[in-house]
Amino acid sequence: MKVSRLVAALASGLLFGVGLALSGMMDPQKVLGFLDLAGAWDPSLAFVLAGAVGVSALGYAIKGRLDRPAFAPRFAVPENRRPDGRLLSGAALFGIGWGLAGFCPGPALAGLVLGLPEVALFVAAMLTGMLLYRLLAERPARTVGAGL
Amino acid sequence: MTAFLAPLAGGVLIGASAVLLLLANGRIAGISGIVGGLLAPTARDWAWRVAFLAGLLAGPVLFHLLSGHWPQVRIGASWPMLVTAGLLVGFGTRLGSGCTSGHGVCGLGRLSPRSFAAVATFMATAIVTVFLVRHGVGR
Repeated sequence: MKVSRLVAALASGLLFGVGLALSGMMDPQKVLGFLDLAGAWDPSLAFVLAGAVGVSALGYAIKGRLDRPAFAPRFAVPENRRPDGRLLSGAALFGIGWGLAGFCPGPALAGLVLGLPEVALFVAAMLTGMLLYRLLAERPARTVGAGL
Repeated sequence: MTAFLAPLAGGVLIGASAVLLLLANGRIAGISGIVGGLLAPTARDWAWRVAFLAGLLAGPVLFHLLSGHWPQVRIGASWPMLVTAGLLVGFGTRLGSGCTSGHGVCGLGRLSPRSFAAVATFMATAIVTVFLVRHGVGR
């Protein structure tokens, strides 16, 4: 039971990594080429997204017919569907960072295996940013929650 | 047209990865969420996250074995720019509950209004940022 869950996670990560490598999206210049509407626009990322969203939509359609996943007691999919200020400000900050370097979390992590110091630096800063979020944003929320 | 076969096929594999994790383990294949969960000191479900990330890092190696070449990674940003970008990406994806994979691939796939709003927002700020960096005043 436990092992099957780990094997599924490993296989899923492997598919993701091979897909990223094949898609060309590990290359920040290709990503920036998509985001640069005023330059020589490179539509590659739109094809990646179309392929990925199309297949993932099929998966969610199948999920609707299932009571539970194969190796876990229940689906851990967010129920909240309403956008809020936290979501939008977080997405806005993420977009600025994405536009500055051309890296989002998946390609940056997968790119670590190439051994480039720039990728390691970006990933170290990204992990620091995630830790900062825990320190700055989560603690006050928890204190307020405890006070109520 | 053939130039877009590799991006499309790569996207299909990424989608298949998300479907596998969903139907097998009931989880969303969101990279920032998977990594962020490992940073929580009380994380009790760390093993599958580590397994997923091990696979993610092995992916480009398998691609190299199959294709005979390494994926291209061209970095134009300076080191201070990379640090600033990394901090914003790390903080922003946690505050906004997801990145290109969680909100993009998975969220759009399940027609979540939250994810549509998040994707529209980060695409917009990324496009404006690239415009200012590449074509802004002083360039």
